[in-house]
Order: sequence, then structure tokens, then C-alpha cells
Amino acid sequence: MEEKTVNLTIDGTKVKANEKMTILEAAKLVGIDIPTLCFLKDVNEVGDCRMCIVEVEGKKGFATSCIQKVEEGMVIHTHSPAVLEARRVVLDLILSNHHKDCLTCSRSGNCELQNLAIKFNVQNIEYTGEQSEHLIDDLSPSIVRDFNKCILCRRCIATCKNVQKIGAIDCINRGFESCISTVGNNSLRDVNCTNCGQCIEACPTGALREKDNTDEVWNVLKDDKKYVIVQTAPAVRVALGEEFGLPIGTNVTGKMVTALKKLGFDKVFDTNTGADLTIMEEANEFVERLKANRDLPMITSCSPGWVKYIEMNYPENLKHLSTCKSPHEMFGAILKSYYAQKNGIDPKSICVVSVMPCIAKKYEAKREELSNNGMPDVDIVVTTRELARMIKQGNIEFVELDDSKFDIPMGEATGAGAIFGTTGGVMEAALRTVCETLTGKELGKIEFESVRGEESIKRTTIEIGGNKIKAVVAHGLANAQKIMEEIKAGEADYQFVEIMACPGGCVMGGGQPIKSSKTRMNIDVRKKRAEALYTIDGRSIIRKSHESPVMIQLYKEYLEKPGSHKAHELLHTHYIPRVKYNI
Amino acid sequence: MDDSKCMVNIAKFYLEFTVDESCGKCTPCRIGTKRMQEILQKICDGKGEKGDLEKLEQLANNIKRASLCGLGQTAPNPVLSTLKYFKDEYTAHIRDKLCPAGECKALANIKIDPTKCKGCGLCKKNCPVGAISGEIKQPHKIDPDVCIKCGLCMTKCPFKAINK
Repeated sequence: MEEKTVNLTIDGTKVKANEKMTILEAAKLVGIDIPTLCFLKDVNEVGDCRMCIVEVEGKKGFATSCIQKVEEGMVIHTHSPAVLEARRVVLDLILSNHHKDCLTCSRSGNCELQNLAIKFNVQNIEYTGEQSEHLIDDLSPSIVRDFNKCILCRRCIATCKNVQKIGAIDCINRGFESCISTVGNNSLRDVNCTNCGQCIEACPTGALREKDNTDEVWNVLKDDKKYVIVQTAPAVRVALGEEFGLPIGTNVTGKMVTALKKLGFDKVFDTNTGADLTIMEEANEFVERLKANRDLPMITSCSPGWVKYIEMNYPENLKHLSTCKSPHEMFGAILKSYYAQKNGIDPKSICVVSVMPCIAKKYEAKREELSNNGMPDVDIVVTTRELARMIKQGNIEFVELDDSKFDIPMGEATGAGAIFGTTGGVMEAALRTVCETLTGKELGKIEFESVRGEESIKRTTIEIGGNKIKAVVAHGLANAQKIMEEIKAGEADYQFVEIMACPGGCVMGGGQPIKSSKTRMNIDVRKKRAEALYTIDGRSIIRKSHESPVMIQLYKEYLEKPGSHKAHELLHTHYIPRVKYNI
Repeated sequence: MDDSKCMVNIAKFYLEFTVDESCGKCTPCRIGTKRMQEILQKICDGKGEKGDLEKLEQLANNIKRASLCGLGQTAPNPVLSTLKYFKDEYTAHIRDKLCPAGECKALANIKIDPTKCKGCGLCKKNCPVGAISGEIKQPHKIDPDVCIKCGLCMTKCPFKAINK
């Protein structure tokens, strides 16, 4: 059916809008920015905060602009005195039940509620009264919940329940007693939370935040007995700049390396090298499984949120999961073995710090099986946001920094490693190596465009030396669930699956700079960050993991060949069926 | 309903109902009705201040217009209509610290009429806080600083000598 255009007037300006648009979207067309708080495009469109109310002539009460569709002939006023007064009262009421300790809040400066208070020039809170009191839940290794700052916008619930299909949190009680809780009001540590951190990205205030591990990093940096090595994930470099006011998707690799060196790390390495190593092992594992027609489809295991999800929800299908550790864990294991040995460093003195776009990595690093000789592969994990905080605390003018290169030899990575940070990237990087391993010939075109892009589930068939390989790429746990249901029902006719827990992959991870609802409505953040990674890949001289000189040397000197006994000892892991509720 | 009912108290009663019934989804109803109830409680407790009525009215009007559903849109009605027709009762509570209907205990001033009191001592015996003093066959007295305004003495007095 053809979509109709309707004519309406907003604040005296004539607007032509598609009939399916909301008043909020139509107002955007003519540059009118109606304030919102609970609204999160495509995720939470419920109209409960009442900040976006507008007056429609001839209509009783106010219209909720984030959900109400436009109608022919509507005359709308977005800032009439009545609307402004109601908005101020609503804002006042929210603030009256909010812990206003902005000076000590991690979201100060990037808080949607604070921005509204500034916009409406709130000088004092008119309607004071009883305040809800909640205990802070900081038992999870990844997420801290402080519901004294919660404004009940329910963006976190919508994200957890609809985007990720987990439903670890929901609203309990009614009226003034309403609050967001888990099953039996237990800690997030003990319920079916996968630590993906998408709730943090959705939260407009400081009610949800990552567990801060920066103090641990400062302490090891000060410790002369420690040899502190930092590694940075691919997605960090295309988002870190945003915390310093640079445009979304700016590649700040060079500045980031300089900053890390200035902070005092002994070596600055690239997790992309770890990603290359993952590809070496994973591609080999896939080829072996394919030849033996065993445990297919094989599913990638780089995303710790996804790994916890499958362990909790599909424990009977763990055999499909690749046994490869995630890139930063593999890299940590190599740094504490091969690298330590080669450079005469006591592995016990090495402290590996990972800078990740992910908060589930904090949980992953604490898994007992991800260690060798009693030493964890990775000691501390900090997120992109925490690194930005450290750079600021280190009094470094980030934007003014010159570029530096990662330390050699472990900092030289291929383009294949770089694209690990976006959905489809692991698959593409793996296919480059799988194809050449199976055929023994060089690939003509190494870009696999069919696995790129934002589509939730991407399916493709690739012909390799007469073999047809069906591959599937899914991102976001709701889509992962669809794939797992296919596998469970025996309908999976594909051999290779890539799954990332976060929608969009690591570039949109739970540890990345938080973007406001307005930014997410106007800019495709995922696309910009992903494009930056593809640009890094495109400009790389070496774009296939198995051609990396670092990999060739590593296998020659230490690991022998992919899948060797040594490689299994250091780079592979096992999975444990987990109960959803540890209560 | 007659003049023995305090209209501020009636409005508070209805507000308590909506505060309990609010689902908690939209801000004006979730927090707004709670704040209105708190202001009404303050007035009934004799702690009402100048400006409270203006605050109450502004809050009521905005909750009515900005709430998401019918519950919030009608929740302030008992307050708005009592404010419209019985404003003097609100004013008496705030300015004169008096509840004309005598329902708000905090504002009640319980006194023994010495002309009616026979000094039987029944009120003194029953007072749970020992606020009443007096000799047998002599008029008794209530110490307002000790009295908790429970009204028990009023019900016990066989001579109807104790009134608010």
C-alpha cells in the first residue's frame, strides 16, 4: 500500500510528513528538537516519562510526541506556556526522587537528565518529599546497579527483554514503590544476566555503570616489580576519540598508543594480533571439523556475553562452540609464555591489561579455566570509557597527541584482525584463511561483502574448491536465539556461524562511549564505527591472518602448527553448562 | 457526608487510593500523586505553610493534563474540587491551624468544660498518656502538651463535658 503524506503545522512551520511518522520525527524534519527521556529509537517507545508532551489544537490534554502518529491538519505547539509548565513539573518530580549527587556520578557531563535540568534552568526542586532508597548492587564482576539514580524510563528493560531477549531485569511493585529488579531481587551476578552491558548503553543516567577497575591499573603501573603490558581491542580505537569530542568513527589508533605509552605501560600491544591468532586456530579447527563432518555448524566463541548465554540456555549444544579462547585471552596466554620466555621476563611478574569495548570481558577474565600454570591469561580488563577516564586523570591532552605505533613484534596485526570488532568481521577474517587453506590458492577478492552490514541475520554460501560452505552471521542475542533454535530443531544446513552478543558487534559493545537517545536517533553509530574498521582493513598491507609475519614466526618458533598440542594447551578452552539462576 | 467531615481529609483519602493504585509507569502519576498526598498530609498534620495550596493546585492541574492514562488524569479531581468549593477549610488548616470539622487530630483542641464536669475521674482513669489531672468532685483539666488527641476521654465522659 502506498504511504500517504500528511500536512501539519508545528510551531507555525508547515510540515509534510509521512503518515507513519511520529510527531517527534516530523518535528525533526523542520529542525525542532522536542526533549525526550524514556524514548530510545526502535527500542523503547512507550511514552512514560512525559517529557515529550506537546499541545495539539482541539485535543484535550497533551499528546505524547514520541509515540503519537501525525495526522492531516494537526496544529502542534511544542513550547506553549502550558507545555513548558507541565514539562518543568514533570522534570521537577523526576528530580525530587533522584539522588542528585552529580559531582560524584560517573555519568556527570553525559547524563540525559542532567542535560534536561540545564536546558530547563532548574534552580531548585519545588516538590520535595520521600525518596526511594535502594542498596547498590556491585556483586557482578561487570555491572554496578544504583537504583537511587534510576528514573524508571525502562530503556534497560526494553533492551534486555526485547533486543537481547534475556529479560534479566523487569519492573516490580507499583506506584511510587516501582523499581527495576531481577528474579527474587537477587544480584545480577546470580541471575540470567549475560554481562553484555547493553543496559548500560541504554541508561540515560548513572543508574547502571560498568565496574571500574582503573584503580587496579594505576596500582600495577606504579609497581616497579610488575611488567605491565596493555593490549587494545579493535573496536576501542574507532570509539575512544568520541570521549574527547572527536566525531563518531574517528580512528585514533596512533593517539591511543601514544597515550598508553605516556600512562606508563611497559609495552603497548594490539589485540588484533590476538585476533590473527584466533583466526589461525579457529580456521584450522573449522577445516578439521568440516573434513571430519563433526560437530557442525561450528560457532565462534569470541564474545563472552554470547558464551555465557549458550552455557546457560543451550548447554546441550556446547559442542558446536569453537574451543578457541577469545583473542585477548589467547594473546594474554602467549604473552605470559612465548613472549616472556623469548625476552627473559618472569611470567609471574607480567600483568596483562586489556582495553576492551566490552564489559563481559571483565567477567571472562575471571573464569578459572582461562589460565595457565595458575596465572590468569588476562589480569585486568578496562573498557573504552575507563581508558578515556585514565587518560584524562593522567593529564594527557589526547586530541593534541602525535601518533605512535604499537610496540613490535606483537603489535603488528593484519587487516583481518581489525574487522573482528564488527558484526561479520570474524567470519570474513576466518573465511579469508579457510578459503586459502582449503584450496591452497590465493583468493582474488578478499572482501566478503555478503557478511557485512547491519542486517540482523546474514546468510551466505561460499564456494571453495568445489565445496559449498554455508555461513551465517548473527548479532544481538535475540538473533542468536533464532539460530540456536534452528540448530536445536535440526534445521541448520550451514557449517559456520558467527555470533556476537551485542547488536552490531564489538563496536557497539557495553563498554563503548555511551551515546544519547538523540544521537542514536540521528546518527547510525554502528555504521560509522564499523566503516572506520573496514577502512583500517582496506589500508592494511597484510589482510590475511595466515600471512602475518608475527603469526608465521610464532608458529615456527613456538606453537609448531595450528591445533598443535602446545596450541591446545595455551589457546583453547572448554565450556561449562551453567544454571541460569544461582539463587 | 455532612459538616462533621473534613474536606482536606476527604481529598487525602482519595489521593491515598490513587497513590496505591498508580501502576507507576508515567512520572506525573507515579511521583506527582505521592507528592500531592504528602502536601495534604502536611496540611492535616497542622504543618501546612503559605504557598502549599498554590503548589498543590499547580501540581494537580499538571498531573491532570500530563498523565498517560485515565487514572492519573482524574487522580487530582478530588483535590481540585475541594479546593474550588471548600478553600476556606484548607485555609483554616494552614493559617489558623484549625480543622473546622474537628477530624484532623493534630489540629484538634480537646477541652473539658468546667461547668459540665462533675469530677468523676473516669476520663483521668482512661487517658492512655496521663494527660488529665484533677481532684475527685472537682473539674478536671487536660494538659495539651501531653494529650495525643485520641478522643478516648470524649467517649468515656458520661456528662458530655469533653469537646473538641
